[in-house]
Amino acid sequence: MTSEHPVLETRDLTIRFGGHVAVDAVSCAFQRGTTTAIVGPNGAGKTTYFNLISGQLTATSGKVLLNGEDLSGLSVAARTDRGIGRAFQLTNLFPSLTVRENVRLVAQARARRGYDLFSVASSHVELIERAEHVLAEVRLIEKADQTVAALSHGDQRKLEVAMLIALQPQVLMFDEPTAGMSVDEVPVVLDLIAGLKRDTDRSILLVEHKMDVIRSLADRIIVLHNGALVADGEPAEVIASPIVQQAYLGREPEEETVDA
Amino acid sequence: MLVRIISGDMPRSRLLSLIVLVIGFSLLFAPFLFPGIKSLDTAARIAIFIVLVASYDLLLGYTGIVSFAHTMFYGIGAYGTALALDAWGPSFWAMGLGTLLGALVAAVLALLIGLFSLRVRAIFFAMVTLAIASAFAVLVSQMSAFTGGEDGLTYRIPRELTPAFRLMTDKILDVSINGRLLAYYLIFFCALVLFLVLLRIVNSPFGTTLKAVRDNSFRAEAIGYRVIWYRTGATVLSAVVAALAGSLLAIWLRYTGPATTLSMEIMINILLMVVIGGMGTMYGAVVGATIFILAQTYLQDLMGIASKATDGIPLLSELIAPERWLLWLGVLFILSVYFFPTGIVGRLRGEVK
Ligand SMILES: Nc1ncnc2c1ncn2[C@@H]1O[C@H](COP(=O)(O)OP(=O)(O)OP(=O)(O)O)[C@@H](O)[C@H]1O
Ligand SMILES: [Mg+2]
Repeated sequence: MTSEHPVLETRDLTIRFGGHVAVDAVSCAFQRGTTTAIVGPNGAGKTTYFNLISGQLTATSGKVLLNGEDLSGLSVAARTDRGIGRAFQLTNLFPSLTVRENVRLVAQARARRGYDLFSVASSHVELIERAEHVLAEVRLIEKADQTVAALSHGDQRKLEVAMLIALQPQVLMFDEPTAGMSVDEVPVVLDLIAGLKRDTDRSILLVEHKMDVIRSLADRIIVLHNGALVADGEPAEVIASPIVQQAYLGREPEEETVDA
Repeated sequence: MLVRIISGDMPRSRLLSLIVLVIGFSLLFAPFLFPGIKSLDTAARIAIFIVLVASYDLLLGYTGIVSFAHTMFYGIGAYGTALALDAWGPSFWAMGLGTLLGALVAAVLALLIGLFSLRVRAIFFAMVTLAIASAFAVLVSQMSAFTGGEDGLTYRIPRELTPAFRLMTDKILDVSINGRLLAYYLIFFCALVLFLVLLRIVNSPFGTTLKAVRDNSFRAEAIGYRVIWYRTGATVLSAVVAALAGSLLAIWLRYTGPATTLSMEIMINILLMVVIGGMGTMYGAVVGATIFILAQTYLQDLMGIASKATDGIPLLSELIAPERWLLWLGVLFILSVYFFPTGIVGRLRGEVK
């Protein structure tokens, strides 16, 4: 991979839903091995920005580049193949399959074994071991044989994270990974993300509301507001800025009229 | 060894294992256990329908695709073999080549249907397959010079597979060892192999991915699986197996016509057999097809006897007159869906939904 390019870059990335501009000309580059927090009030366009990067939505204009390669026109699966990985804000699993099977399917996709018709899936021990390794990391291994539909919400969130980890992408996008988790479950996920951070080949994009989480994990914060990028910088500096103070510590986001 | 043959996919219920074994052995020894033309014919149809229903389960139960074109592929296979035997005479190579060509045509057609219409919503795909299957049935009955129209085709099969061919003069267990017996075992072993192949496919990496696509195609795509190719692949595989089942039918019946292969009634029956047996289990096809075919064949007889026995009682004997057998099949179906929403196999495995 050429190292002069940022691992991920968006240029004037825009999407319009009817008259509503959900992501408004966002230009931003993400360097290899960094963790960037994306903040902004509800409806700011954070999830939509992720959807444009991973390909679930098609941009009205602008583009997404991975290691300098334009991803326009590539399907979600093709972008995943190239190294973009995503955990979803709303849990998005295979409900009738077991926990182990969910993660094994990710390892299998990663190993590009999906088109294999004539071997028995359970004979691919290395994929199962890979899945179980990740499940042990997220402390879900005792529940490996349960079907996903039977899991608690917190465990489903952990599985969501496990599936992203098993994919081993270059860019890991977490969309509020700890939302809805109980207090004692949150540190498990944060430790995992901190562990991923140590791997300098991977880059993390993290949508998160909790300022203490951001402070401990992020090297950089970008702020989205009404779809536009309104602040970008070191965590301490951005958190201290008036716009973030207003959005998070002051009045309700809806009352905001600032158009930065 | 046995576990490897069934691809590690255990019945996971003692009663189900027993039922599957009983069905398997009954079919294996059918000519000796149930002598008689009608019972052998029933056994052959059960073997063929197990494959046909299992191939539909690959689509409906494992991939979550509703298609009404399954009997079309079944018919393509049957007509492939029938036309070849009709045109080139009763030789094994004509039979084999016709079977191969039928499967090939089914594969190409399924590929086209899959690529052009699996991108649309599930309900539209179902409608598209319904339209194509209806058009195909009309086409077959219109091209009567070629297909025999509504009357269908009657043809000869290789002599070695007919009753006229005797392997030995003596009988074994009072059963004459003739070509008809050979034909039965040809059907039985082909059906067995096809079923085991399907069992392997659903337990392969590909098959497990199909379940992911069925459960959540959005997420399957997001972890890197090209959903459209998996759906199309499942459609093609199920079409090929259905076509091969059709060829087996064509060989067994020595007759192929719209009523035995293309009718909407058969399509509905396949759906019922999958649902009664249990979707997404493969073993459901074995149980569902066996029960259904047995009911279809013997319910009328049973009702005839019962109706005679209750001759004096006015309403009851009316209700169980043999002509009402479809009504009772319907009632059976409703009851089974009501009491076993996950099918007989799901019920035996103790799953609740
Ligand atoms: N598919 C869509 N069609 C129409 N409008 C959409 C669509 N997706 C998102 N939007 C709109 O775009 C805006 C941004 O939504 P988005 O989900 O990206 O916000 P968010 O920053 O992730 O908010 P939250 O913190 O609540 O998750 C919202 O006003 C939303 O209603
Ligand atoms: Mg969001």
